Amino acid sequence: MILLEPFHYDFLVRAFLAGLLLSVVAPFIGTFLVIRGYALFADALSHVSLLGIALAIFLGIPTLVGAILVSLAAAFGMERLRSTGRIMNESAVALFLSGSLALAVVLISLTKGTGINLLSYLFGSLSTVTVTDFGLLIILSVLALGFFLFFWRELFLISLDEDLARVSGMPVTFVNYAFIALAALLAAVALQIVGVLLVGALMVIPTLAALQFHAGFRMTVMLAVLVSVISFIAGFFLSYAFALPAGGAIVLSAVACFLVSLLVSVVRRKMA
Amino acid sequence: MDSPAVQFRNVSFHYPGSADPLLREVSFFVEEGAYVGIIGENGSGKTTLLNLLLGILHPDTGEIRLFNEPMGSFKEWDSIGYVPQYVFRRDRVFPATVREIVESGHTPGDTTTLCQFGMGDCEPAEAALRVASVEHLAKRRIGDLSGGERQRVFIARALVSRPRLLILDEPTASVDAESQEKFYALLRALNGEFKMTIILISHDLDRVFEATGLVYLLENGCMREKKKDREKVAPPAAKSDSSFHSGHFHTGNF
Repeated sequence: MILLEPFHYDFLVRAFLAGLLLSVVAPFIGTFLVIRGYALFADALSHVSLLGIALAIFLGIPTLVGAILVSLAAAFGMERLRSTGRIMNESAVALFLSGSLALAVVLISLTKGTGINLLSYLFGSLSTVTVTDFGLLIILSVLALGFFLFFWRELFLISLDEDLARVSGMPVTFVNYAFIALAALLAAVALQIVGVLLVGALMVIPTLAALQFHAGFRMTVMLAVLVSVISFIAGFFLSYAFALPAGGAIVLSAVACFLVSLLVSVVRRKMA
Repeated sequence: MDSPAVQFRNVSFHYPGSADPLLREVSFFVEEGAYVGIIGENGSGKTTLLNLLLGILHPDTGEIRLFNEPMGSFKEWDSIGYVPQYVFRRDRVFPATVREIVESGHTPGDTTTLCQFGMGDCEPAEAALRVASVEHLAKRRIGDLSGGERQRVFIARALVSRPRLLILDEPTASVDAESQEKFYALLRALNGEFKMTIILISHDLDRVFEATGLVYLLENGCMREKKKDREKVAPPAAKSDSSFHSGHFHTGNF
C-alpha cells in the first residue's frame, strides 16, 4: 500500500515524525504572532536563520550553532525595537527580513566552492533529517509546549492588551522575550529540516485558516494545529507519491486548507 | 477619615525629549470606598496620570502610594481592577469568547487558571459574569458584541480578582446612551453596595459630575478639586439597579 511505503525507510520515518512534531508546535507560536499582527515575524526569523547558516559556513563553524545564535540575536533585536517603539512593528520585521536575506546571499556567494546548496535551505529536505536534528526538535517542542501551558493566560492577555497584562502584575517583558526566544530557536532548528519557506508557512497559514471558523481562542489554536497536521500529512504523502519537493507540497496543502476554510466561512455567513 | 486607596504627593512627570513637564506637582488622594472622577480635556495628561497610577510610568519627582504602600513596593496588583479605554484595537477580530476574556482576569496562582482547561475553581469568573449581567453572552465572541456589552465584559474581567479599587479609562466613549445608563448603574452598585473604590477617568465632564461623588480636574498639568453642581447630582449610589438584588451577587462571593 502506497501510504505505508515511506515507512519502510528509517530516514523517512524520522522525517515524518519530525515534521509531525513541528506541525503541532508551530501553530502555537503562529497563533500568538498572527493575533498580535506579527505574521511576518515568522518569515523574518527563518530568513535570519538562513543568515546564521551562511555566517556559520563563512566562519567554518557548525551551521546549527550559527542559525541559533543569529536567530536569537535578531529576535531580541526585533523585540527591543518593537517594545521601545523606536520603529513600527512591521517595519522592524521588514528591515530584518530583507537585510538578513541580502547578507546571507552575499556571504554564500563569497564562500563559493563549498558545495552549499542554497535551495536545500530555502525549501528544506525532509530526507536529510539527522538524529541530532530530530533530538533537538523533540527537546524544543517539549520546552515550547510546557511554556505555552504555563504562560497561557499571560500570552493571551499580552496579545489582547499589553498594558492590561502589566496592570495585572504579569511579567510581560519576560514572557515576551521568552516567547520570541522560543520562536527563534524553533525557526533555527526547523529550518535545517523543512527550509525557510516552510517554517513561516507552518506558523502562519494554519492560524489564518483556523481564524475563518470564528471560534474562541483555545478552539482557534486547536483548529490551527489540526489544519497544520493535516497539511503536513497531505503534503508528505503527495511529495512521496508524485516526487514533489516536500516543502512546496506541504505549503500548498496548507494554502488549500486555508482556501477551503475561507469557502466554508463565506458559505456559513451567507446561510446565517 | 477612611484610609486612602490612592495618594499622589507632588508628582511631576515629563516625557524624555520634552522640555516641559506634562504633570506638575500633582497632589490628590482617593479614600477607600469613594467614587471619584478625574476629568480633563484631550492632552491634559489624563492618560499619563493613569499610566503613573497603574505603575506603567514612574514619576520624576513626588510619591505615589496605593493602599498606603509606596508604588515601588506595591505587590497586590490583583486588588486593582482596570478597565481600559475603547477596550481593544484588535477586539473586532480577536478570537476570544466572553468567557475566555473574563477568565483571564483571575489572580495568578488562583486555581481558576485550571478553569480554562475544564478543571479548578470557576466560581470567581461565574460570579463576575453574573454581576456584570453578561452571563448570557459567555459563549459569544467579544468582537460580535456592542460597545456597551463589551464594556460590561471588561468590568466582569476586572471583577474576577475581587479588586478593592476599580479604575476605568473613558469607559463609555463608544457606547450608546441606553447602554451608558446600565453601565453607570452597575458602577453605582459596585460602589454603593460593595464599597468598591472607583476612579473614573473621562473627558465627559457632565457625565462624570453626574456619576461620581468627587471630581478632580486636570488642567495644564495641574490637578484641582472641582466643585460639584448639586442640582446635577444623581440619586445616591446605594440606590442601585434592582437586577443586583437577584441574589446572584453577594459580598461574600467577592
